[in-house]
Amino acid sequence: MPQTLAEQILSHAAGRSVQAGEVVTVRVDLAMIHDSLAPGIIRLLHEDLGAERVWDVDKVAVVIDHVAPAATVQTATHQANTRKWVREQNITHLFDVGRGISHQVLVEERLAQPGMIVAGSDSHSTGYGAVGAFGTGMGSTDMALILATGRTWMRVPETVRILARGQFRPGVSAKDLGLYAARVLRADGATYAAVEWHGVDFLSVGDRMTLATLSIEVGGKAGIVPPTGAPAADLRVPDWLRVEAGATYLRTVEVDLDTLEPQISMPPFVDNVADLRDVGKVAVDVVYLGTCTNGRYEDMAAAAQILRGRTIAKGTRMIVVPASSESLQQAAADGTLTTLLAAGATIGTPGCGACIGRHMGVLAPGEVCVFTGNRNFRGRMGSPDAQIYLTSPEVAAATALTGYITHPQDVMA
Amino acid sequence: MARIWKFGSDVNTDQIVPGRYAPYMLKNEDDLRKYPFVEARPDFAPNVQPGDIIVGGNNFGCGSSREYAPLALKLVGVGAIIAPLFARIFFRNALNLGIPLFTIDLTEQLQDGQQVQLDLATGVLTTDTGEQIQLPEPSLFMREVWQAGGIVPFYRQYGRFPGEVA
Repeated sequence: MPQTLAEQILSHAAGRSVQAGEVVTVRVDLAMIHDSLAPGIIRLLHEDLGAERVWDVDKVAVVIDHVAPAATVQTATHQANTRKWVREQNITHLFDVGRGISHQVLVEERLAQPGMIVAGSDSHSTGYGAVGAFGTGMGSTDMALILATGRTWMRVPETVRILARGQFRPGVSAKDLGLYAARVLRADGATYAAVEWHGVDFLSVGDRMTLATLSIEVGGKAGIVPPTGAPAADLRVPDWLRVEAGATYLRTVEVDLDTLEPQISMPPFVDNVADLRDVGKVAVDVVYLGTCTNGRYEDMAAAAQILRGRTIAKGTRMIVVPASSESLQQAAADGTLTTLLAAGATIGTPGCGACIGRHMGVLAPGEVCVFTGNRNFRGRMGSPDAQIYLTSPEVAAATALTGYITHPQDVMA
Repeated sequence: MARIWKFGSDVNTDQIVPGRYAPYMLKNEDDLRKYPFVEARPDFAPNVQPGDIIVGGNNFGCGSSREYAPLALKLVGVGAIIAPLFARIFFRNALNLGIPLFTIDLTEQLQDGQQVQLDLATGVLTTDTGEQIQLPEPSLFMREVWQAGGIVPFYRQYGRFPGEVA
């Protein structure tokens, strides 16, 4: 019987053929924990579960990205304790302050590979689907159990298929496809399900990461882009992992990219999406480019293309927080960074930035932010009385130029 | 008797506990009990009593993977959460912590502030007007986890996951 990618991966991990709906215990190939939750997970592992060591020192990655560098003595202390624990446990993979956001880093480091099960203590762990892995976010107790046993329980998910056709028009990009999917599926449209993104073979791994990370915003347990197209050449694709004709999908959402308009998600819910053209004139205080969804080199380059030789609007701030040190280096090497700085943007340490509202540009009451990230919930980036709009990097850059929410076409040469 | 605390649809974990109140950010981690719904519904934490029941709308607990959201609800003694659909990670986290969850839409039938009695053994919820509502029967997997008091005590007791052959 033909299987979805999620069924194939979970079958492989369970050691037998499994189908959507079954509850199975599977081995985990890679476990990621980050600074924000590591202290609690470590305590659960040792004190509550009574385990002394992690199950496999090569399959655990610890990333300091959520509040990096530390904003308070307390966070600094937690991070120091986490580093000490990594040394004591002899864990191979520690990615410290400035290396970047976990999901981006583990893909860059080639630790996440097609067909793997990657569990992370962060809901955007669906991002590992950018390389065809079954990435999924879990809470602290689940993560502690994985660290202790290398296993976890899972209900084999049904799959929702996004079927894209055509090519993006200028000024439209992967974020618009992702937000459009949220507009159609709504926040719960893929709850308990995996999302498969078809018809996007032409996208880079970075743009696939945009789609994979947004999959949680429609409730997805995983968000998998088939590991085909140009990026597959750099990936270890197992021979058993491929899209099978006749696999059963819960639902298919067709998207015509040739006519797709820039999308915008309005506060305070990600699925509150409209065509950008239908939004009136909204003045913006802060343009924030960053996160695992849209903070990569290609996102900075897309913004730089619009900002080149121009200056951002008076009264509007633009903060750029690269998703990783590799993205930052690439932007520095080819002049993208200089273009952004010359336009008046400023740059933060690679990592999660203000996405979780703890540091590096939190918002004041009444402030309006255009954000390339993935959540616009009330209070997400600081004050509960701030307004967050989610857009592509192209829209963010166009907005920075004018000071109000702007269609890229209106400012593109 | 237990009080019903009613919430709308798409209650997200940033509403349950904003990231700024993560245990990691608090001077005293036990203070987490002061912060469930601190901004979304400030009257909740000071008034909730052990055993009280949350009745939510669709997609309850969506958003981030933060286990401290259901943990905060557990710390104040929430006796059960009832919603037509739970977001996946929240469902796992709450189940792992041993909080009883029932997937059923009672937003029409129950009112905020209403007094009810919930018999977890039978799944019968009796309202102050004497109406009896049969909640859906939890799976064996869920019952095993609840009975053990959460997945950690379960694993410590049996050395395996629920449903797994030892």
